Amino acid sequence: MTRTVFLLVMVLGSPSVGAQGDDAPLVVGSKKFTESVILGEMAAQLLREAGLAAEHRAEVGGTRVLWEALRRGDLDAYPDYTGTITQEILAGEALPDEAALRARLAELGIGMTAPLGFNNTYALGMQEETATRLGIATISDLRAHPDLAFGFTNEFMDRADGWPGLQRAYALPHADVRGLDHDLAYRGLDDGALALTDLYSTDAEIAYYGLRVLRDDRAFFPAYRAVFLYRLDLPPEAIAALERLGGRIGEAAMQALNARAKLERTPEALVAATFLRDALGIESEVTVAGFWERLWQRTAEHLLLVGLSLFVAILVAIPLGIAAARVPRLEGPILGIVGVIYTIPSLALLVFMIPLLGIGAVPAMVALFLYSLLPIVRNTHAGLQGIAPPLRESAEALGLSPGARLRLVELPLAGPSILAGIKTSAVINIGTATLGALIGAGGYGQPILTGIRLDDTALILEGAVPAAALALAAQLLFDGIERLVVPQGLRL
Amino acid sequence: MIHLHRVTKSYGATQALRAVSLEVAAGQTTVLLGPSGCGKSTLLRLVAGLIVPDEGNIRVEGTLITPATAPALRQRMGYVIQEGGLFPHLTARENVILMARHLGWPDGRIAQRLADLADLTALPLDMLDRYPVQLSGGQRQRVALMRALFLDPAVLLLDEPLGALDPMIRSDLQDDLRAIIRRLGKTALLVTHDLSEAGFFGDTVVLLRDGAIVQQGSFRDLVERPAEPFVERFVQAQRSLVLE
Ligand SMILES: Nc1ncnc2c1ncn2[C@@H]1O[C@H](COP(=O)(O)OP(=O)(O)O)[C@@H](O)[C@H]1O
Ligand SMILES: [Mg+2]
Repeated sequence: MTRTVFLLVMVLGSPSVGAQGDDAPLVVGSKKFTESVILGEMAAQLLREAGLAAEHRAEVGGTRVLWEALRRGDLDAYPDYTGTITQEILAGEALPDEAALRARLAELGIGMTAPLGFNNTYALGMQEETATRLGIATISDLRAHPDLAFGFTNEFMDRADGWPGLQRAYALPHADVRGLDHDLAYRGLDDGALALTDLYSTDAEIAYYGLRVLRDDRAFFPAYRAVFLYRLDLPPEAIAALERLGGRIGEAAMQALNARAKLERTPEALVAATFLRDALGIESEVTVAGFWERLWQRTAEHLLLVGLSLFVAILVAIPLGIAAARVPRLEGPILGIVGVIYTIPSLALLVFMIPLLGIGAVPAMVALFLYSLLPIVRNTHAGLQGIAPPLRESAEALGLSPGARLRLVELPLAGPSILAGIKTSAVINIGTATLGALIGAGGYGQPILTGIRLDDTALILEGAVPAAALALAAQLLFDGIERLVVPQGLRL
Repeated sequence: MIHLHRVTKSYGATQALRAVSLEVAAGQTTVLLGPSGCGKSTLLRLVAGLIVPDEGNIRVEGTLITPATAPALRQRMGYVIQEGGLFPHLTARENVILMARHLGWPDGRIAQRLADLADLTALPLDMLDRYPVQLSGGQRQRVALMRALFLDPAVLLLDEPLGALDPMIRSDLQDDLRAIIRRLGKTALLVTHDLSEAGFFGDTVVLLRDGAIVQQGSFRDLVERPAEPFVERFVQAQRSLVLE
């Protein structure tokens, strides 16, 4: 029952549509994993506490997407890790220490807060009980126990900075080492089949399974200290608000927060609010929306994404289809170009949009618009080409002008085909729009994304079922429209 | 009325018409006769300005047909094809009045003309509200004729107008069509591949073969004084068809 209640409560943190004006709220982003969402929530609540309007766009995407969005100004701040910044964002640049990193970021117009306290890096963990019994506290201590069985994730086994490097750095003699799945590793630790596994140092499971994280006494793993990245053009009070978390969240605290969100399924906004109250004495108000409110909001977002992109696509695609059918010189180029656009994988197209249009509903709508073109253009073209030559000839022989022929004869005859194209576009569009959540466009994709992150099937269905229902409704709607607009003579 | 001067038309390697010259007299019915593929429809399309000759020129009522003059000239010519060419998305009535509507004729004038033509073509008025698929083949051709006549054109271009009808209906419509053309005194250019139909309609019959005119004159001339063996064979073939 409690679980159901938690499922029915989700944070009202709507990605809003539209450009940022001077009085637009500050926008905090977060990546697609729980820890990032909690930190993003904290940042937004701290900004609000400082009297600033702020919103949180949760689960916007991966590092690249958030970084680009921050550089463009679509986002004002988001949480990241020092290791990610040096190894991924500014890879290949010589940045020996934090001061160098800070200076380099400043050149790019980006600020970095003091580290929040915890270091979320690769770590090794074992059962607390076993560790105590064997007297193991550091990775070096493992050398004295060469018979222990190790089970690592396949990624950790393969990476140079994973097991191979670690074994060399610590001269570990262990031979019983195998690669396996993360969940299996935890279970193996639990039933004693394994003594040790790799993990992230703030994983929720550490506390859940009662694991001890071994100290990296030779500092083999790079530091992934959590920080907020922010735009240097933020007002000073905003920066001061973000700095308030400096040094306040230790590893154990972050593990506990992750566990509350991920294992207990408490909404991230509540997890963040509780922490801010306990740690900083901040009473922040958190609005949580019920199932129906949430469904309504996602529906409105989804309909806007689909409706607007489809509407503009219709306005553009029908003339393109007519041009392709009537101007031989344009036929190849038009059909070719819309065909090629259609073959771009939707994820890639969404990512291409980011440097041009940033994140949110606008780039998602542009991508959906581009996808919607092909079925409509192709069906308009085919519908016009398919008109029997005697009919086309009769219209011309009557003395109708080309424009009148198109309007009075050719388009009505091609109507069923054009409408079928629009119907196809609408259905595809409704499905594809769920991917818009990946770049912060909201809609039914949002609960799907959150559901995948939390491994919560009910939440995934909360997006998938309405999306399917909407596709079905669109189908019925267009069947109705067909009955209204397709001339009776063509239906007999 | 219609004047073709050395008109040539090719489709790729196919020569549909080779330097055809022809005079179509006003107020008369000229029949284009010949085996399938000899260029009859091509000639009619050229006169209607639907296609442009490669060489030579065509005048209708003294006006040279060019892409610029064709639209206005088309309103002076009514065009009927084998299956009628009726627009399936419009009712018979909408088909018939489409062009007049487009030209902005007042409703009263349209209604009057519609009534007159229904009377002339002997089409029951309640048929006008049907869609083409709801009409019989003969009714469809009557509607197509009404549409062609609506703007009271000087010329009628008829491409095998009875070709798709079964024999009984065909003979009824044949009688009606000839009566209408004569009553209205139209200049008609009618295509057929049927010898007896040519004889029935034609003041003048033009026999084509491979895009060229083989013989033209009265039907009697054609049958009694064939200009070359091909004409004789063509006439013989169709006669024996009827006798057997
Ligand atoms: N649009 C076209 N494209 C290519 N060939 C054509 C076209 N129209 C007619 N032809 C060819 O031109 C010749 C004359 O055709 P047509 O005038 O339709 O003959 P008919 O009406 O006497 O049966 C035929 O060989 C036909 O195949
Ligand atoms: Mg023909």
